[in-house]
Amino acid sequence: MAKELLVGNVAIAEAAIRAGVEAFFGYPITPQTELLEHMAGRMPELGRVFLQAESEVAAINMVYGAACAGARVMTSSSGPGISLMQEGLSYIAISEVPVVVVDVMRGGPGLGNIQPAQGDYNQVTKTAGHGDSRSIVLAPSSVQEAADLTGLAFDLAEKYRTIVIVAGDGMIGQMMEPAELPPMKSLPATRPDWAVTGAKGRLKNVITSVFLDAEVMEAINWRLKAKLDRIQAEEVRCELTLVDDAEILIVAFGSAARITKTAIREAREQGIRAGMLRPITLLPFPSTAIEELLDRVQTVLVVEMNTGQMVDDVRLAVQGRAPVHLYGRPGGSVPVPDEILDVIMSLRA
Amino acid sequence: MQQAIVISGFGGQGTLFAGMVLAYAGMDHGKHVTWIPSYGPEMRGGTANATVIVRDEEIGSPVVRYPDAAVVLNNPSMEKYEPLIKAGGVLVANISLVSAPSHRPDITCVPVPASDVATQLGDVRVANMVALGALAKATKILPVEAIVQALQDHLPERKRYLLEPNRQAVQEGAQIAERGEWASQRISE
Repeated sequence: MAKELLVGNVAIAEAAIRAGVEAFFGYPITPQTELLEHMAGRMPELGRVFLQAESEVAAINMVYGAACAGARVMTSSSGPGISLMQEGLSYIAISEVPVVVVDVMRGGPGLGNIQPAQGDYNQVTKTAGHGDSRSIVLAPSSVQEAADLTGLAFDLAEKYRTIVIVAGDGMIGQMMEPAELPPMKSLPATRPDWAVTGAKGRLKNVITSVFLDAEVMEAINWRLKAKLDRIQAEEVRCELTLVDDAEILIVAFGSAARITKTAIREAREQGIRAGMLRPITLLPFPSTAIEELLDRVQTVLVVEMNTGQMVDDVRLAVQGRAPVHLYGRPGGSVPVPDEILDVIMSLRA
Repeated sequence: MQQAIVISGFGGQGTLFAGMVLAYAGMDHGKHVTWIPSYGPEMRGGTANATVIVRDEEIGSPVVRYPDAAVVLNNPSMEKYEPLIKAGGVLVANISLVSAPSHRPDITCVPVPASDVATQLGDVRVANMVALGALAKATKILPVEAIVQALQDHLPERKRYLLEPNRQAVQEGAQIAERGEWASQRISE
């Protein structure tokens, strides 16, 4: 199939459609609105469900309901909307139904602005709402990868019966690049055996988040933790760039990684052995992959579009074996390669 | 080989679309391309900007501090981007609206009365394509024919009736850049 010039948000939407998403519930917010707009046009055309909810709170609960009924379902938003969805995400997490959520991050806190940012890192990686559970989090750094990871998100959501968050940002969402979309998958022919579809002729399925008995609830929490451990063991993904001889290891994800790649190229031209590890899965985090590089690496630099969030996970992986520095640009400010190169130069001096 | 181009003007002057046409032309010409509405600390009200990168290999950063060329369609864009163009780079300025001259001896200035030419062609809205034609000729980023071809292949169906004026605008802009007849005018004085 030929490559098309696509806006990131549209690539995500169309990739989801081709992955067989049956229902989309959402609410407009920049910089993800093109995603919702594409869904509004395409889903009814295909006889599938598109609904613009009255709020993000309603949207995530509609997603919850559709997922319980066994439908392949998703929503998308940006930081303020993702905050509103936290309660619903917590209910979905304990219900163990597959759901895909796209967060096209913008500058915050608060209403913030509509520029690209990565300030939702902690919110999406550390917890799915209140309680004690987490989601798988995928971080694309190109339009092609945004499409590819959206397909993967549905596969992982169904494989583990979990929430998968595709965490992009305003840059990935709004830029155009050539990308190849996957072929159209057929919709699921049957519903999963746990789905709440009416119990005629069988025992009823019950999906609930209320467990008043602490012992029962504790067991469920440990079951969720065991699933998380399995995900950590099986699903880590990262990209390594020029790390074989690297003295300076840069860890960056999404747009920040994209910009850093150019800085690394420029650093190499000046004889500095810089390389990059780009987490593709923010959860599970590629801690072991970082650890394995530490024998050669003298310095670690984390570049992210916030005041320092992923840097905590990097420090946990490094465990004091190398100095870990941070270059952060929060609030919707996007770094250019030159300034990252300056930081690399200063670390070498 | 990488070229980063900024196209900037008032909202409504078609800077984002001109960038898209350039990106399509690059993609169809076998290059790697990125197109991004301008983001970053340089962004202020009143202008709409697109940054397009055309490169032979995979593109890293889609944002740059110093573009290889800038197309400025109005005064605020001139003020913002003229100082940022890389030494040896190209400035295409719409001198129908841009009044300030460039003081950079280290860049090539291509003054083009894009809005006037577009008006003569019957539609002021194709000023962006006059400027884009001039850019293609002056930077040799892509053949002018590739820009025309991209218009033919990617202009949306509901805008097909604008194909001919757009095509003429690109050609006209390219010819102006080639003749260099405006080079001694306002802009470089």
